[in-house]
Order: sequence, then structure tokens, then C-alpha cells
Amino acid sequence: MANQIAEAVTAAKVPRVKAIAKVKPQLNVFRKYWMFYVMMLPAIVLLVVNNYIPMFGIMIAFKNINYADGILGSEWSGLRNFEYLFKTSDAWIITRNTLLYNSAFIVLNLVFPLAFAIMLGEIKSRFAAKVHQTIMFLPYFLSMVVISYLVFGFMSDEHGYLNSSLLPAFGIEPVQWYFTKEVWPYILPIVNTWKSMGYFTVIYMAAIIGIDDEYYEAATIDGASKWKQMTRITVPLIMPVITIMTLLQIGKIFNADFGLFFQVPRESGVLFPVTNVIDTYVYRTFLTVGDIGLSSAAGLLQSVVGFALVFLSNWVVRRINKENALF
Amino acid sequence: MEAAPKALSGSNPQNRLSLPASLGINVFFIIYSLLCVIPLILIVMVSISDESTVIKEGYQFIPSKLDLAAYRFLFEDATQIIRSYSISILVTIAGTALSLIIMALYAYPISRQDFPHAKFFTFFVFFTMLFSGGLVPWYLVYVRMLELKNTMLALIMPLLVAAFFVLIIRTFFQTTIPAAVVESAKIDGAGELTIFTKIVLPLSLPVLATVALFQTLTYWNDWFLSLVFITKDANITVQYLMYKTMLNIQFLSNNSTAAAAITAAGGTFKFPSETVRMAMVVVGIGPIIFAYPFFQKYFVKGLTVGAVKG
Repeated sequence: MANQIAEAVTAAKVPRVKAIAKVKPQLNVFRKYWMFYVMMLPAIVLLVVNNYIPMFGIMIAFKNINYADGILGSEWSGLRNFEYLFKTSDAWIITRNTLLYNSAFIVLNLVFPLAFAIMLGEIKSRFAAKVHQTIMFLPYFLSMVVISYLVFGFMSDEHGYLNSSLLPAFGIEPVQWYFTKEVWPYILPIVNTWKSMGYFTVIYMAAIIGIDDEYYEAATIDGASKWKQMTRITVPLIMPVITIMTLLQIGKIFNADFGLFFQVPRESGVLFPVTNVIDTYVYRTFLTVGDIGLSSAAGLLQSVVGFALVFLSNWVVRRINKENALF
Repeated sequence: MEAAPKALSGSNPQNRLSLPASLGINVFFIIYSLLCVIPLILIVMVSISDESTVIKEGYQFIPSKLDLAAYRFLFEDATQIIRSYSISILVTIAGTALSLIIMALYAYPISRQDFPHAKFFTFFVFFTMLFSGGLVPWYLVYVRMLELKNTMLALIMPLLVAAFFVLIIRTFFQTTIPAAVVESAKIDGAGELTIFTKIVLPLSLPVLATVALFQTLTYWNDWFLSLVFITKDANITVQYLMYKTMLNIQFLSNNSTAAAAITAAGGTFKFPSETVRMAMVVVGIGPIIFAYPFFQKYFVKGLTVGAVKG
């Protein structure tokens, strides 16, 4: 009996000793590296304010916010906001639009820049290749406001180049572009690809340049065609880059490019069924309509599903090839 | 990397494309390059067209009548343009400088293998890439908690720390600064801050330059923060001014002297709204077009600096 008590006492004592032993090195770490904490302080404060406090703000979605009581003081409303959200037809439309557009963008941002990068490598004049590459990068530097103007220049209902010159030349009736829903699922991917082409092409070109020349030399001796070289050497060897770029985009598949969907269709209400995405919906219901419940519910869904998707896609890649996983 | 230094097919003449294929690729790229510039040319041409011709013929690449009335109108009362330009320039310079300093100061400690909390603080910044609270709480933090509505700080603060760049800088520090150099400096009695400013920073100019360029572009092209946080016309940036001009041409002429001058000159009450709108874009994108050849060279270099792994 006494033995057991003694054992229990020592057992209880051990953790305390351990705890003290643990605190001391921690203090030493702070003493030794205090300067590091000072250096990191500004960024820590900014991350807390800009990122971490808003993360706790997701509770707004479960509350019936009333500014007089403040966020913490407002009463809880359970899942009421989500019920309202799913009763609207918008919930389905914005989710569908966001997912479909982003899926299209991921495919287009892979296929075309990859093809362009491979073709640029085949241009004999290095000077010409460089000029093309430089010009292709131009749209990437323009803001969405400017892009919206550029699109407007062609598609303005009254004076746009398409309606005033190009379509009449082919004897086609002018189209009210900003009131025609059917064309926007094509226009937006074209604009998006056009804008990001230069960026992705450079990334894939850098990867291709890293490939050892000897592979192609050997393939030539074996009589492999250009197409064979592309599918059997180029693409497999830059697979890690392709996976990382695609993975980064899949992780963001629930986050639409706000600028593209807000600026380019010029907020034409007729187009909302094909241009409204989660980001624009949250913005409009929150800052234009002022419905904090609906917008925060949609925002929370976006964050949570997006978060899950990052992990899911990373997990899938890990299963296929551990090397290519992001984390 | 010198952009596009060598041909994919290598030096072997046997492994060259046939002449038609090669020609086809060249023609294809010439057409695509044109497609990248043509929309801008259209805007410029409309901005120097005569207003009534534009209304009659629509936007044309070769306008039948040229006129600089749009620019005269814009600079008749350039108060708003000059103000917006000043704000954009100030925000861009202050934002880029601050963000570079703050991110480098954070990236260095988490790059050091001997710092026991490096892992935690790496995750602390990486996590912000994975999860966000969304627009609503974020907006309330800036507007209700910090009360930064209509301030220049609201245009700078949200973009200061970008997790992606912090990780890029960290990776650069890890791979290019030899631990032995840091160690010997320590033995010589240098403090951490001295090591950082005297050894680490000078060795890291390539990555810092790249991040600075990216941040400059982000700040200069930003209109979202103005859209969300700025309600006073006096405080808007160039990008937002262009956006507002698109919505409402009248916006440019809240000064009646400009309107009066136009009336006197043209004899109508109508502004040359179609051409002024496009002239506003030309004025707005001027700096980017001039900075772009220089920028893109370093961008291409920077994009190949190194991949991130969390």
C-alpha cells in the first residue's frame, strides 16, 4: 500500500519536474533569439489583424448581427443564415459558376501556355521568340479596370468595333453583347486566358529550358518525331511544374477572380446568371445590399470548402507521387 | 535566365521542324502578338478621334477625323487626375518599401535552421494561404475595429504581407546564405540585426528586387481596396478613377470651369464623353506601358528564382 502511494506521488511529481525543465529552455530560446521576435513583430501584428482576427470573425455567419450590440454581443442564430442562403436560387448559381469557370481556367491555363511554350522553343530566331514572349506578357501587367475598357472597346453595344465594323463587314446583325447571356461563358475564359498567357508561358518555358539537351539528341538518333519528343520527353520531364501549378489553382477553385467577374461584364444585371460568382455575390450582398447574414454565410462556405479542397487535392497528389505534393 | 536562350530541339540540324511547320509557327505567333497589342491600339486611336466621328462611325482603328479635344478636356481641370496620380504613386512607393522590409524581416528568422520556433512561424504565415475569414469579417476589422475607412493606410495595410512572397524570400535565404557565414559573423560578435542588414540583405538583392517589382505592380494596379474602403472622391487612386469614369463620365467634370470651357469651344453641352473615357485610360496606363519592358525582364528572372515548398 505504502509502496503504491509512493509510486503515485512520484508519478504525480514527475510531470511537474518535467514542466519546469521545459519552461527553462523556452526562456533560453527567448533570451537567445529575442532579436528574431522583434524582427518578426510587424509582420505578426499585420497577419493577426489582416488574417487571424477575420478568421474568428467567421462566427458572424452564425449570428444575427446588430451593430448596436457589436459582433460578440449579437445573439446567435444557429444555421438560420445558411437556410436563407440555400433558399435563394443564387446559392446554386454562384457555386456552379465559380466551379465551372475556374475548372475551365485551370484547363486553359495549362493547355495553351504549355503549347505556346513548346512552340516558342521551336522558333529558330531567338530574337523573334523573345519579342513574342515580351509582347505576350503585356496583358498580365494591365489592371482589370483597363482590361474591362479593352473589352468594351470591341463589344460596346453602340460604338464597339465588333458592332460598328467587324460584324457589318460579314453581314451579321449587331449583337447587344452586354445583354446577351449566351456569349459570356466564352468571353470570360478568352479574356482570362489572354491575360494570364504570358505568365504561365514563362513558367513552362523556364521548366522546358531546364531539360537536358541529350534527351532530344538521343531521341533524334532513334528517329523520334517532334510529336513523340513532346509527349515522351518534354511533358513527362516538366510534370512536377505542371502538377504544382495545377494544384495551386485547384486549391483556389472556390475563389473566383473578383476583378474579372466584376469589371469585365460591367455589372450588367442581365448577365448575372452567367457572371455572378461567390466573390461578387458576397461583395454585392454585403456592400451593396447590406445583408451581412447572407454574405457572411456564403463567405464562410467558400472558405471552408476551399480549405477542404486544398487538402483533398494535395492528398490525391501525395498518393500518386509524394515528391509533387505541396506539403 | 536570359529569356528563351536556346531552341528546344537542341543543336542537331536533323532535329529541326520542316520549313512549312516552322513558317506556320512564326505566323501564328505574329498573329497572337498582334492580338495582344491591338486592343490597346484601338483605345489610343479612339482617344485621339473626333467625338462626332466616333458617334457616327463607332470605334475605329483608323479614325477619319483626328482631334485632341478629349485630352484638352481632361487637362482643362486636371485636379482630380493629379490628385489620384499622387495618391497612387504615394501608395505604391510606401506600400512596396514597407512590405519589402516587413516581409524580409519576417522571412529571415524562419529561414534559420537553428531557430527552434522557425517551424511554427513558417506555418503561421503559410496557413493564411490556406484559410481566410472572407470579405465580411475582414472588412469589419478595417472599418469598425481600426476605423480606417477613407484613409490611405487602408490602401496600404491589407497588401503588406503576402504569404507567398514571404515563403519565396525564406526559400532564397535558406538556399543562398551559407550557414557558415552567419556562424562566423556570430563568433566575431555581430548581433542578429547586424548579420541581417550587413550580410543577408546584400546577398539577397535578386529576390528582393523581384518581390519589389511584383508588389509595385500589385499596389499600382489595385482598385479593389479603393472600391471597398474609399467613399470620398478626393482619395481615390488612378485605377479607381478609371473605373469611375467608365461608370459616370460626369465624374471628371465636377468643376464647372471645365464644362464652361468645353461649352465655349464646342458650342454644345455634351462632353466628348466617348473619347474622354478612352483618353482617361491612356493617361491611366501610361506609366505601366513605359515601365513594362523593364519590369517583364525582371519578372521572367524572378519567376525562375525558386519554387516554394511549405
